[in-house]
Amino acid sequence: MVFAATLDGPAVPWVELIPILSLLAGTCFLLLVGSLVPTWPRRGYAWVTGISTTVAIVANAVQWNNLYYNKGKTFFADAIAIDRFSVLASITICLAVIFGALMMSAYLTRMNADGPELYALLLTAAIGGLVMVSANELIVLFLGLETLSLSLYLLAASNRDREQSQESGLKYFILGGFSSAFFLYGVALIFGSTGSTKISGIGEALSGNISIINADAMLLVGIGMLLVGLGFKVSAAPFHVWTPDVYEGAPTPVTAFMASAGKVAAFAALIRILLVGLEQRVDDWRPVVWALAILTVFTGSILAVVQTNVKRMLAYSSISHAGFILVGVEAAGHMGSDGIATSMNYLAIYTVLVMGSFAIVLALSGNTDGETNLSDFKGLAKRRPPLALAFTVLLFAQAGVPLTAGFVAKFAVIKSSVEANSYVLAIAAMVAAVIGAYLYLRIAVSMWLEEPASDSEISVDPAVVIVIAISVVATLIVGFFPELLLHATRLARFAPR
Amino acid sequence: MHASFPILSALILLPILGAVLITIVSNKHLEIVKLIAMLFSVGVGGMSIWLLASFKSDESGFQYVSQHDWVTSWGISWHLGVDGVSLFLVVLTGILFPLVILGVDPHHDHKRYLAWLLLLEAGVMGSFLSLDLFLFFIFFEIVLVPMYFLIGGWGYDKRVYAATKFFLYTMLGSAFMLVGIIATAVIARRDIGYLTFDLVTLAEQASFATNTGRWLFVSFAIAFAVKVPIFPLHTWLPDAHTQAPTGGSVILAGVLLKMGTYGFLRFGLYLFPAAAVWAKPVLLTLAVIGIVYGAIAATMQTDLKRLVAYSSVAHLGFIVLGIFAITSQSLTGSVMQMVNHGISTGALFLLVGMIYERRHTREIAELRGIQSVAPIFSAAFMIVMLSSIGVPGLNGFAGEFLILIGSFQSARWWTIVAATGVILAALYLLWAYQRVFHGEPDEANSSFAEMTLRESALIMVFIGLIGFTGVYPKPMLERIEPSVDKLVEHVVSHSDYKVPTTPNIVVVPHGEKAGE
Repeated sequence: MVFAATLDGPAVPWVELIPILSLLAGTCFLLLVGSLVPTWPRRGYAWVTGISTTVAIVANAVQWNNLYYNKGKTFFADAIAIDRFSVLASITICLAVIFGALMMSAYLTRMNADGPELYALLLTAAIGGLVMVSANELIVLFLGLETLSLSLYLLAASNRDREQSQESGLKYFILGGFSSAFFLYGVALIFGSTGSTKISGIGEALSGNISIINADAMLLVGIGMLLVGLGFKVSAAPFHVWTPDVYEGAPTPVTAFMASAGKVAAFAALIRILLVGLEQRVDDWRPVVWALAILTVFTGSILAVVQTNVKRMLAYSSISHAGFILVGVEAAGHMGSDGIATSMNYLAIYTVLVMGSFAIVLALSGNTDGETNLSDFKGLAKRRPPLALAFTVLLFAQAGVPLTAGFVAKFAVIKSSVEANSYVLAIAAMVAAVIGAYLYLRIAVSMWLEEPASDSEISVDPAVVIVIAISVVATLIVGFFPELLLHATRLARFAPR
Repeated sequence: MHASFPILSALILLPILGAVLITIVSNKHLEIVKLIAMLFSVGVGGMSIWLLASFKSDESGFQYVSQHDWVTSWGISWHLGVDGVSLFLVVLTGILFPLVILGVDPHHDHKRYLAWLLLLEAGVMGSFLSLDLFLFFIFFEIVLVPMYFLIGGWGYDKRVYAATKFFLYTMLGSAFMLVGIIATAVIARRDIGYLTFDLVTLAEQASFATNTGRWLFVSFAIAFAVKVPIFPLHTWLPDAHTQAPTGGSVILAGVLLKMGTYGFLRFGLYLFPAAAVWAKPVLLTLAVIGIVYGAIAATMQTDLKRLVAYSSVAHLGFIVLGIFAITSQSLTGSVMQMVNHGISTGALFLLVGMIYERRHTREIAELRGIQSVAPIFSAAFMIVMLSSIGVPGLNGFAGEFLILIGSFQSARWWTIVAATGVILAALYLLWAYQRVFHGEPDEANSSFAEMTLRESALIMVFIGLIGFTGVYPKPMLERIEPSVDKLVEHVVSHSDYKVPTTPNIVVVPHGEKAGE
C-alpha cells in the first residue's frame, strides 16, 4: 500500500486510446466468446471485427476534429504521440482492417473454415500498426512493429492446406526476424550516440550542442540499420526479395492486408523517425532514400514484366508503389516541402487500390485460393464483364491513368519532388511508371482481348463485391475530385516536441 | 446565348454521357445502342459546326471561354476555350467521329466499340479545348485508353503488340511532359505569386530563365514528338495504323496525331517562345528528315495500309516544318494542313479498309486491275489520293503550298529539301495506284465489288470537303489567321526572333483562290 501511494504511473489518456482499446476489446471478445460459444451466426466474427474497427475509426475521426486547434500531444512520458499524422495513418489502417475482414469472411466461407482466430489476428496486427504510427519512442515502435509482424507471420501461414502458404509464413518470419534485428540494433546505436530512444528526444539531442565523442559514425550506422529494418517492412529494393513469394503464398485477404496496412504502418513510422527524430541529419539520409527510391521503382516495375502470376505481379507493383512513396519521403526531406502530405495521400489511395485489386484476385482464385495465374484471368470480360471492368479501372489507376485516384497519388508525389528540385528522381519515377504500365496492360489484354479458358461459373461473395464496389467508386471519386483527400492529408502534421 | 450555354463543355461531356448510356443499355438491344451512338456523335458534330458558324473570325483570342475551379489547392481549373488554331481541329473531330460511327462496321462487339469511340471523342475534344496544362494532360493521356482497346479489340493479327507499343510509347512521352508541366507551374509560381496550371496566365505572365525554359520545352517536345510522330520517334505509328481497325486508323490519323502538332503550337510556341526559337533548327531538320524518310519508306511498302501510314509520317513532317518556320503563312498552312491531312488520310484509310473488306488482303502485289471492275471506287480513290499528293485545286495543295511559301522565308534550305517530298509523294502514291488499279484484273480481283450506296455517301462527304477547301480556302484561312498572327507576335515579343521581311510577293490576298 505504501508503494501505491508513492509510485505515480503516467496518466493514462483513455480517450485518446479508444481506437487501440476498441480493437483490443474486439480481439478479446473474438477469442474469449469465440472459444466459449462454438457456433456463431454466419459472418458473426467478421461483424465483431467490423464493429470494433468502426468504433476505432469513429474515435479517430473525433480526434481528428479535436486536433483542429492544437497540433497534437504526447502521452505516457512522450512515448505515444497523437497528432493528425498518426490519426490519418490510423484511419487508413482501420479501413484496411475492414476491407481485410470482409475479404476474410468471403475467403473463410468459401473454404468452409470460419473461425475467430484469423479475425483476431487481423485486429492484433492493426493494434501493432496503430502503435507504430503513433509511437514517439523507438522501443514502443519496436513493440508495435513486432505485434504487427508476428500477427502477419501467422496470418500468412494460416492456410494449412496449401504448401505455399506455409512457406510464405516461414519465409516472412525468418526474414522479418532478421529485419527486426537490424532495426533493434539501429535503435541501440542511435541511443548510444544521442542518449535517447525517444524520437523527439533524438531530434533534440541532434539539434542541441551536446555531442558525444566519436558518436557520429555510430549514429550514421544506426540510421542505416533503421533504414534497412523499415525498408524491409515497406519492401523497398534491395530488401524486397521476400515480397513476391510471401504475397503469392499467403491467403489473398492476408496479402491484401499485408500490402496495405503493413506498408502504411511502416511508412508512417519511417516518416516520423526521419522527419522528427533525424530532421537535423536530413543531408545524411536523403541521398540514401533517393537511391532507394530509384532502385525500388525500377526493380518493381522491371521485374513485374516477366511474371506470370497475378499475385506476384501485384507484389512487384506494390514494390514499385513503395518506390513512389519513397519519392515523396525524399521530397519531404527538403525545406518547406509538402512531401509528408503527398506520401500520406499516396498511402491512403494505394490502400484502396490494393484492396480492390486483391479482392478481384480473391474472387477469381477458386476454392483452393491458388488459381491466380494470368491465364486464369483470360477472357474475364466475356465471363464476368463487371468484374473485368472493375479490375481494369483499378489496374489503370495503379498505372496512373488520369481521372483515377492513382493519377492523383502519382501527380502529388511528383509535384512534391519537382518542388524540391529532385528532377532526376521525378523523371526516373515517371519512366519506371511507364515500364510498370506494361504489367497492367498485360492483365488488361488477358481479360479483354483473349478468349476464356474455361466457362466455369464465377461466384463472387457479396462481401467481396462490397470491397470491389467501394474501392472502384472511391478510386473514381478521388480521381475526379482530388481536393477531398488532398485537403485532409495536407493537415497531417506531427505533435510538437 | 454564348454565355448561357457552355458549348465547349458540352462538346466534351456529351460523348461521355453517350458512352455511359451505351454501357447501361443491354447487349440485346443493338439497335438502341447504335441509335444512341449515332445521336450523340451527330449531335456533337452539329454543335461543332454551329461553333464554326458562330465563331467570330476577326477575333484572335479565345472564344466561348468557360472556366470553373477544380482543384483549387493546386491552381487547377476547368478552363476551356477555342481560337483559330483549335477551331478547325474541333470541327474535324466533330465531323470525323459520326462518319466513322455511321460508316464503318466493326463486325463484332458493337456496344463496347461504340462506347470506346465516344469516350475517345471526348478525350480528343478535351485535348483541343483545354486551356489548363493539367486538364490538357488528363485528356492527352486518357485518349490512350480507348484507343488502346480499339486497336487491341478490333484490330488485325498483331493488334495486341501494336496496341501495347502505342500505349507505352505515348505514355513514355507523356511521362516527361507530366514532370515538365509540374515544373512549369512550380517555377512560374515565383513570377506569378501563386500556383497555377492555367495556360494563358502562364504564357502571358511567367518568364523562364533561358536554360530552364529550354529544359521545360524539351520535356513537352518529347511528348508531342512521340505523338506526331517526328522521326526517329515514329516507330509505333506504322504498327498502330496497320493493325488498327479501319475506324481506329481513321481517327488515329485524322485527329490523334494532330494532338501532337497542336501541342507544339499551343504548348510549345505559345508557352516557351524563346525555347521554341532555340530548338527551331533541330525540329526543322527532324521534320525534313521525316518528310524524306517517310516518303522513301512509303515507296518501299508492300502493304497498302502501311504505305498510307508512312505517308502520314511525311505529311506530318510538313506540318512540323510549317510550325517551326514560325511565319504567319507557314503556321496558317500548318493549321490548315492538319485538317487537310485528317480528311485526306482519313479517307484513304477508309478506302483501304473497303479494299480489305472485299479482298481480305492489303498486299499491293495481290491487288490488280481494280479500275476496270470498280470504276467509281477507283475514281474516289484517285481523288482522295490526288488530294494527299497535293494536286492544285484540292485541299492538300492549299496547305502544303502555304507551308512551303512561309517556310521559305525563314528556313530556306530546309524548305528546299522538303519540297522534294512533294515529288516523292506523287511517286509512291501514283505508283501504288498504278499497281492496284491499273492492268487487267486477275481472277481474285475480277469479282471486286463496286461501292455500295452507304460507302459512296460516306466518301462523298470527304470528297466534298476536299474539293471545297481546295477551291475556296478563304473562309478557313480568315478564321485561322488572326490567331496565328497573334501567336507569331507573341513569339516575336518574347524572344529575339524576327519574322523575316520579304517583299510582298507571297502574301495570300483574301479572295484569291489559292488552289489555282
